[in-house]
This record gives sequence, C-alpha cells and structure tokens, in this order.
Amino acid sequence: MFIYYLISIVLLGLLTWLNRNKGLRILLLVLFLSVQTAITIYSFYHLNQQDAGNNFSYDSLGVIFLTVLTILSYTTVFHSYLFLESRQDSSRNQSLYFAALIILIGAMTCVYLASTIGIMWVLIEVTTLSVAVLIYHDRTHLSLEATWKYVFICSIGITFAFVGIIFLSKALQEAGSVNLAFKEIPNHLQNVNTFWLKLAFIFMLVGFSTKMGLFPMHTIAVDAHTVAPPPISAFISTTLMNVGFIAIFRTYSLMAHSSILPWMNHILIWCGCLSLVVSTAYLLKVNHLKRMFAYSSLEHMGLAAIGLASGGIGYFATILHMVLHSFVKASVFYQIDQVHRVFNTYIIKKTGGYFKKNLTGALVFLLVFVSITAMPPSGMFVSEFLIFRSLFESHHIMVFILVLLLLTLIIWALGKNIFSMLFLPGPDSEVTTFKPINPWESATQFILLVAAIYIGLNPPAGFVELINDAVMLLPK
Amino acid sequence: MINILLITFLITLFYVAIANRLLTYVKVIALQGVLLFAIVFIQLNEINPLNLILILLETIFFKSIAVPVFLAYVIKRNKITREAEPYVSNFMSLIIVTLICVTTILLVNSIKDKELDKIFFVVALSALFTGVYFIISRRKIITHVMGYLIIENGVFILSLAVGSEMTMLVNIGIMLDIFVSVLVLGIFVNRIGDTFEAMNVDNLSNLKD
Repeated sequence: MFIYYLISIVLLGLLTWLNRNKGLRILLLVLFLSVQTAITIYSFYHLNQQDAGNNFSYDSLGVIFLTVLTILSYTTVFHSYLFLESRQDSSRNQSLYFAALIILIGAMTCVYLASTIGIMWVLIEVTTLSVAVLIYHDRTHLSLEATWKYVFICSIGITFAFVGIIFLSKALQEAGSVNLAFKEIPNHLQNVNTFWLKLAFIFMLVGFSTKMGLFPMHTIAVDAHTVAPPPISAFISTTLMNVGFIAIFRTYSLMAHSSILPWMNHILIWCGCLSLVVSTAYLLKVNHLKRMFAYSSLEHMGLAAIGLASGGIGYFATILHMVLHSFVKASVFYQIDQVHRVFNTYIIKKTGGYFKKNLTGALVFLLVFVSITAMPPSGMFVSEFLIFRSLFESHHIMVFILVLLLLTLIIWALGKNIFSMLFLPGPDSEVTTFKPINPWESATQFILLVAAIYIGLNPPAGFVELINDAVMLLPK
Repeated sequence: MINILLITFLITLFYVAIANRLLTYVKVIALQGVLLFAIVFIQLNEINPLNLILILLETIFFKSIAVPVFLAYVIKRNKITREAEPYVSNFMSLIIVTLICVTTILLVNSIKDKELDKIFFVVALSALFTGVYFIISRRKIITHVMGYLIIENGVFILSLAVGSEMTMLVNIGIMLDIFVSVLVLGIFVNRIGDTFEAMNVDNLSNLKD
C-alpha cells in the first residue's frame, strides 16, 4: 500500500507542477488530500505492521504525528489557496508552490513512518529541499538570504546527523549486528563501547535539532519564519519541528536502555534550558510578529526536550505537548496571514486596534494567547503541568525553578506584544485601505484551538492508548 | 597503499588551506574524488558489478567530474573573482588546519578500541573539521559550498572506516540527496550572484533582531 502512496504523491506533485489550469489544480489538490487521508486511515487499521519491504512501519508514534500532519495539511492547503489568491500570484508560481507543498507533505509522512534510520535520514533531507522552494516563494533579497541559510545549515546539520549514524553503526558492529532498523537496534546496544554511543547521540542531536529548532541550531528556523509565506510558517513551526522531534525521540529511545541514559538526560536538559534562555532573551526585545512566534516555538521545543529528559510521565507529556503545540501554533500562523493583510506589515509597533479592524481575528489571537502561554482552559496547561510534575519527580528542582522564572518572563513578553496589537491604537489607525476579511476564514483556527483545548482536558481514550504504546519501550 | 592514499588526501587539505585561486579549490575537490575511488577500490573484498558501478558513479562521475564542472560553471557564470579572499591569512590557515589535524590525532589515540583503524579516523575527522573551518573563515559563498563538499568527503571516508553496510536503497538515496543539495546550493549561488553585486556572506546579514 505504501508504495502506491509514494507513487501517487510523486505523480500528483509532478502534475501539479506542470499544470497551469486553475480548476485542474484544485482538483489535483483535492485528490492529494484524499490520498493523504486514505494513508492515514489505512495506518490506523494496520498499527505496528511493516510495509514496503520493511522500510516503513505504522508504529504508534508515527501514526500520531501522521494524523496531526493530515489534519494540518487540509488547513494549510486551504490557507495557502487564500494566501496566493489574496496576492494574485502568477499561475506558474502557484503551480510550483503547490507541487513543493505536496512533496513536502509526502516526505514528512515518510519520515514519520520510516522504520530504519537510513531511510529516515534520506527523507529528512528531502523535506529540507522541498521546504526551501516554499521559503523562497517571495523572491526577495531577504527570502534569498533566509533560504540560503536554511538549505546550507540544514544540509550541514543533516551531514552531522549522518556522522552520528556512522558512529552508531560502529557501535552496533562491535555487537555483531548490521541491522539499522529501529526495532532491532536496542537489542544489541547492551554491552557496546559507550564512547561510540555518546558520540553518536551528540552528533545526531545536533544534526536533527536543525529540524526541531532546538538551541544550537535554532537560528535558521527563525530566519526562515521571517520570510516564508504564513501557511508555510505554520508548517515549519509544527509538522517540520515534529520531524526533528521524531528523529530525536527515536534516537533517544534507541539508546535509552544502555548505560548512557543519565548522560543523555543531562545533555537534553541543558539543550532545553538553553533554548528557553535564548527564546526568553529574544522574546523580550523582538519586534517582528512572526519572529516572536518563532521564538515561542523555540521555547516549546525546549520544554519538550526537558520533558523528554525528565522521564516518567514526562514522556507522555512531551508527545501530548508536541501535538497540542502543533494545533495552536498552526492556527497562529494562519491568523498572522490575516494580520498582514490588514496592516500590511509584520512589525508589531506599526500595528494596533486589531479588535476594531477584524473582530473574529482578534478573538482568535485572544484565544491563542491563552493557549500558548498555557493558561488553565488551554490544553497545553495540562501537558506543561505534567512536564513540571515529571521534573519534580526526577528531582530537578533547580531546573524547575529556572523554567518557571523564564516562562513568567515569556508570558509577560507575549502578553505585552499581543495586547498592544489588539487594543492599543496604532500609529496610523485612521488609514483603512484593506479589504474586509471574511470571518469564515478564521473558522479553521477556532476549530484547531478548540480541538487543542478538548484534547488537552479530555484526551480521547484511543489517543492516550497510542501515546502509551509509543512510550512503552522507554524505561519507567 | 591505502595509507599513502589517505595521507595524500590529508595533504590536499593543507593545500586547500593555502590555495589562493578558486579554480585550485575545484581541482583539489576533483582530485579528492579520484583518491576516494582508489581507496574504496583497494578496500573492496569482491568485485560485484552493481556495487562497482555505484561506487564509480558516486566517486569518479559525481565527485570528480559532475560537481567540479558544475562549480567551474557557477564561477564563470557569476564572474566571481578568482581569489578566494579568506578572512585570515594563509599562514594562519595553515597553522589552524595543522592544529585541527593534531587534535584529531590526539583524540583518536585516546580511544581505547583495538579494532579501530586509526588513520581512517584521523583523516576523516580532520576533513570534517577542516571543512567547517573553511566555511567559517572564507568570505565567498561559493567557498562555503566547497567546504560542504570537503565535509561530505570526510563523511565518506568515515563510513569506509566503519565499513558500515548501508542497504543499496539508502546508498542511492544518500547519493541523490547530496547531488540534489549541491545542485540546489548552486542554483541559489546563481541567484545570489544575480541579486547582489559581490557574492560575499557580508551581504547575507540582514535577518536579525
């Protein structure tokens, strides 16, 4: 089945690229979305089974994030369409945009479901190349700079990850195994030289953090946000970060049963704390709306790394957090597209009085503020609370205090900027030359935000079961 | 024999450190491709036609013909001045590359592993870090791509040192990925050449807070 999926994705991408007819393009996109939905539904009925010559498998972790991706691909395709229509892009540019989008979604699906580390590596590089086309959509100096940095640093990061994989296979060789499938590796890592494992983990963490946007390599993702079309920003901040997260999570769980577990936790805690420190520092001085939310993503990735490192209930909380963050952050970036159409700028100081200009959009932003700062009705309150609990249980009191302090500062910084945009009169609030925005365009954002609240407060039993299954192999 | 080839590879790194012209860089990268082919060929236990074709494609065709020709084309098309224009003097570069080399030797010697092929590791890690150093210390964008290629060559040697058996599918995937990324990087170099007057990284510092 998966082979057919791959073939149809490549074909649809190619056709979309060649096609210049508007009606046909919509038809192709609908076709693509139904293929994407079909593979998601298929994966639910074939949980934990191998496919396509044992290179892909429908394991719980992959299926969770695949579902998130499929839901977000509906909204992203919809908002991309609105975005391109509002700018009246040429037919050629639209074709290229949607073709790259289809390949990107296909590559991300493959990364989630890849069952050997080599295949995963190859496909992560494919996501870099396809998202580069989308980041470069504006064809300006700034987008050129951001795309160049993104492709170049991602390629180097991915090369470092490959060095990590080589070290891992060196360690495996000593144990007499050459199998690089995720299921097989942990069985052979009991008595190997820990030096190789440590090297492998460090290189893979640094390499994959280009994708996840964690501390050492976070800058390129932030730069990419500045210039990417808002619907693509929504992808960079959510599903593409999930790609990095899945890679790091799988690496972590491979080595979680060897003797380097405490050392890995140590590194992840450092990574997470530094991410939080950096994001706080920049959030306090940022003046660009999209960069602000990019730094907020950095904060949440830091929290995820800390949750992963503290173990116990933290594993569950981390995956829940990533899912909820995806829903919330995606809706933010869809809404930012509307903000840009109203104010024609992303600079926060030049905006103001959004409540008067676009009531539904302002309501979305109010809900976003509550959700993203993890205030009680929001679902992320639950996941962050669980992360804190696991920090407490693993006796990381100092880290706990630091995280709380930084989060307080972040709430203040986000609140200051968002509320100034919503309520303060802007510098030129008299000039209103924008096309009124259809309130129904905000519907997807409300749906995603309400879904995030519902999943956080009352997670469906099947979802909990999937997460528990995904973290089952990790040490308790 | 392999040792001689590996040491020749190491010497090419020193040569790049003091090279002045961009075309010298391109030639050295082509030479490295040939050296890599020789190393793989000697290391082969059995001649398997399919495997041999793949290796030929990866080293000779791709690393020492396609990429250098493409780089030379990019240099010519954008009328890039032929000097490399590093931030640091050639003498300092030489010293830094030597330091990298010495550090990797010390590092590899500290590993307690009997089966370790030390010289492979020294050369591979030196190439890796030298590539990173070239990226940091050179001003031109095209030299960054060359640094990336040197890193890739280092990784190639490293994978030989481990003798890791990736499946055929993965091997082809890796090869295609690198090929496409070099192509994409080249296209963007062209774009940057069209957009900006001089192709220096100094032009690429507008995105900041």
